[in-house]
Amino acid sequence: MAQQFEPVIIGFTCNWCSYRAADSAGSGRLKYPPNIRLIRLMCSGRIDTTFVLQAFANGADAVLISGCHPGDCHYVEQNYKAQSRFLLMRRMLAQMGIEPQRLQLLWASAAEGTIFAAEVTRMVEEIRKLGPLNWGSDERRKTASRDEGLSSSVLRPSSSLQGVAA
Amino acid sequence: MSKPKFAMYWAAACGGCEIAVLNTNEKILDVDANFDVVFWPVAMDAKYKDVEAMADKSILLTLFNGAIRNDENEHIAHLLRKKSQILVAFGACATQGGIPGLANLSNTQSMVDTAFSTISTDNPDDIRPQTEYKMPEGKVTIPTLYPAVKSLNQVVPVDYYMPGCPPESHQIAAVIDLVVQVVQGKAQLPPAGAVIGAGNSSVCEECTRTRGEKQIKKFARIQDFKPDPAVCLLEQGILCCGSATRSGCGAVCPKAAVPCVGCYGATDDSPDHGARLLNAVASVIDSRDPAEVEKILDGIPDPAGMLYRFGMPGSLLRASKSAWQYKG
Repeated sequence: MAQQFEPVIIGFTCNWCSYRAADSAGSGRLKYPPNIRLIRLMCSGRIDTTFVLQAFANGADAVLISGCHPGDCHYVEQNYKAQSRFLLMRRMLAQMGIEPQRLQLLWASAAEGTIFAAEVTRMVEEIRKLGPLNWGSDERRKTASRDEGLSSSVLRPSSSLQGVAA
Repeated sequence: MSKPKFAMYWAAACGGCEIAVLNTNEKILDVDANFDVVFWPVAMDAKYKDVEAMADKSILLTLFNGAIRNDENEHIAHLLRKKSQILVAFGACATQGGIPGLANLSNTQSMVDTAFSTISTDNPDDIRPQTEYKMPEGKVTIPTLYPAVKSLNQVVPVDYYMPGCPPESHQIAAVIDLVVQVVQGKAQLPPAGAVIGAGNSSVCEECTRTRGEKQIKKFARIQDFKPDPAVCLLEQGILCCGSATRSGCGAVCPKAAVPCVGCYGATDDSPDHGARLLNAVASVIDSRDPAEVEKILDGIPDPAGMLYRFGMPGSLLRASKSAWQYKG
């Protein structure tokens, strides 16, 4: 039997709500699949598009951005910034051929461990059906590193540059 | 006494970089006075075999502009790397992929279809370019397109990066001055891998417009209304890329009431220009309602093209799925 595809999901959670929701799911012994790797940010407003792209480029199959419910942000309104970024990111990623399900936004308060566990379970199954993204694995995407092969004759002090008249 | 050798090459480029070099005016005479120009297809006649015949590392300075779009570009990139002591990725295309890099949003087949069979094309027999063709005299070939455009440092190691579309002439002049001084033993080269001929702040720092709090209900374009000449363009709803773009140009575009398009690329601390730009653009949207945000975002018809106008190949994702998965 073919092995079941196990998606890798990177979850960005906020310190005040969604990370604590995940924590409370744990304390409550609620089970959810281990496919999600949580990264705690102080606020969902800290989400930088670079983080999301970095995750996809390095092999994540999906990314979850999670924060406090609208109006509940510890930093007043930063989760709204996360929301705007999420919506624009999803449009940009669609142009790159990344399905909208691969980037999701979830509001979860510190008390909503049940919701967090249920949503993560749902998302894992959704991505499992969608299949792997395999972004970083293509041979053609390999690159020469910046200084690989820089020969020792290059970039020595000016006096030793070859072919330069004394 | 032989002068050090200089080369300049264009790969997938428009030729604007060469014009920018000529725009240095009399400074171009310093190049001639201090260097022996051995290879510069735009300015002089030379053949690839002439370069192949040169000794390795015999060219002191090569300015390479243009992206790597096909096997000819890559071949010459390897050749010039081998023959040059200092290889500079010159201009937005060589450093980041530039405008040709936008091709990474599509696959090769759909691009060829667009070029040879859309309504504006007169091609009744649907003739397509062939990479090789048999003639009575023998086989003739043209270069093969790659599925995705690459920046120069994705095929060969690069010593210095000089961004801009094209690099500003005063910056080119400054770099020429520096290299001349290095040759004369009066100055040292910057550290390997450095970005030269540019600043390391954002275009906003050089912009003279007044900046206040940015809260946007609608994105607009400069043809739709008359922007206030003294106020930040982004504040007026115009997608100006200045906030996430490297300085060095002197903010010439916003000063001329045209939004920055981001040709100088990302600053040193940012691995992905478009991502930083996306953060900035999304953060100025003044709405808490997702439906309204979506409506405001409709004002950006082509987010990927706007955010990565000059840097798709050099970005973290590099090319769309349809481009890199294409096995034509």
